[in-house]
Amino acid sequence: MKCNFEMKVLFCAPVATLLLLLSLTNLVQAADAPALKAGVFTPPRQAPDFSLQGSDGHELKLSRYRGKAVVLGFGFTSCPDVCPTTLATLAQARRKLGSAAADVQIVYITVDPERDTAARMKQYLGSFDATFVGGTGTAEQLAALRKEYGIQAEKKTYGSSYVYAHSSFTYLIDRNGSLRALMPYGRAPDDYVHDLKILLQE
Amino acid sequence: MRAARSLLIWSFAAGAVALLAWAGLTPIPAGGSRDEVFEIPKGTWERRRSGENIGILPDKIRLTLGIRDTLLLKNLDDVPQIFGPTLMMPGQSFRLPFEKASEYQFACTAHASGQMTVIVDPNPRTPWARILWRARTAKEILKQGSRSGLPW
Repeated sequence: MKCNFEMKVLFCAPVATLLLLLSLTNLVQAADAPALKAGVFTPPRQAPDFSLQGSDGHELKLSRYRGKAVVLGFGFTSCPDVCPTTLATLAQARRKLGSAAADVQIVYITVDPERDTAARMKQYLGSFDATFVGGTGTAEQLAALRKEYGIQAEKKTYGSSYVYAHSSFTYLIDRNGSLRALMPYGRAPDDYVHDLKILLQE
Repeated sequence: MRAARSLLIWSFAAGAVALLAWAGLTPIPAGGSRDEVFEIPKGTWERRRSGENIGILPDKIRLTLGIRDTLLLKNLDDVPQIFGPTLMMPGQSFRLPFEKASEYQFACTAHASGQMTVIVDPNPRTPWARILWRARTAKEILKQGSRSGLPW
């Protein structure tokens, strides 16, 4: 069949119009994207994957939760204030999310591998929410992971004991594994609910 | 002579009253952007590596709800950098809005104290609060001429 100019125009015009409309829709959607209450990274980067010992007895890989929104935090089970507050907030946020919570995974990585075994993390995290998963590993593994996420952790010795001064925020990771936002310490459960709903609806 | 001096004093007093009345009674316009921007310029890492001491983020950042209540950090350098509370990739920006007046502490290795404090003041609604806000803003603008984007 001979393909003349009119036929090309007849074929190309609707396709071009459709592409234009699609791109305009995307632009409008981007402009209308609801704002998160957390601090947002632009452009987002892929959240570094890791392989640690999970508190659920399995290998803990971030990529295991692709398709879910992940809240990633760093802390330790002997933490006197920051970690219990954050974990209680996250447990409350999960309850408020209702059925949508099935698509949210809380992952908490220890900064204190000396004391935080997988079993200890399971017991500790389970006291907040049975679905929370903890991660532990060697000191070197965890230090390398903290570097990739820009997490600070400094050991402070008091007599015969010690604590860690550590970054207190959590990261919000979307279904595609993009590191989208940083929620500062002390934000309310409703702030998490608000942001997680947005990430889940995308 | 006495009359002229008296007139001068009265004029000064009237001017001060008018200024205070304006500062206290005129609402502070919302302005355009509510971003308080801090940037790591290109080449910062190289300059630091060569021993130069470059301070970008102050220890204490003051924001005001409804006027300038969003912290916007930009890494324009070619390498990843810890900026404020977080690690930022080259070309990446980080926008953190605040909705509650409070004092926020962030761990920040860039500061000697290891802390960065963000103080978020409530929106100045009373005349006295507006006067104080404008006085503080004027002082800030005089001190750091670059921050002239603040509304009055």
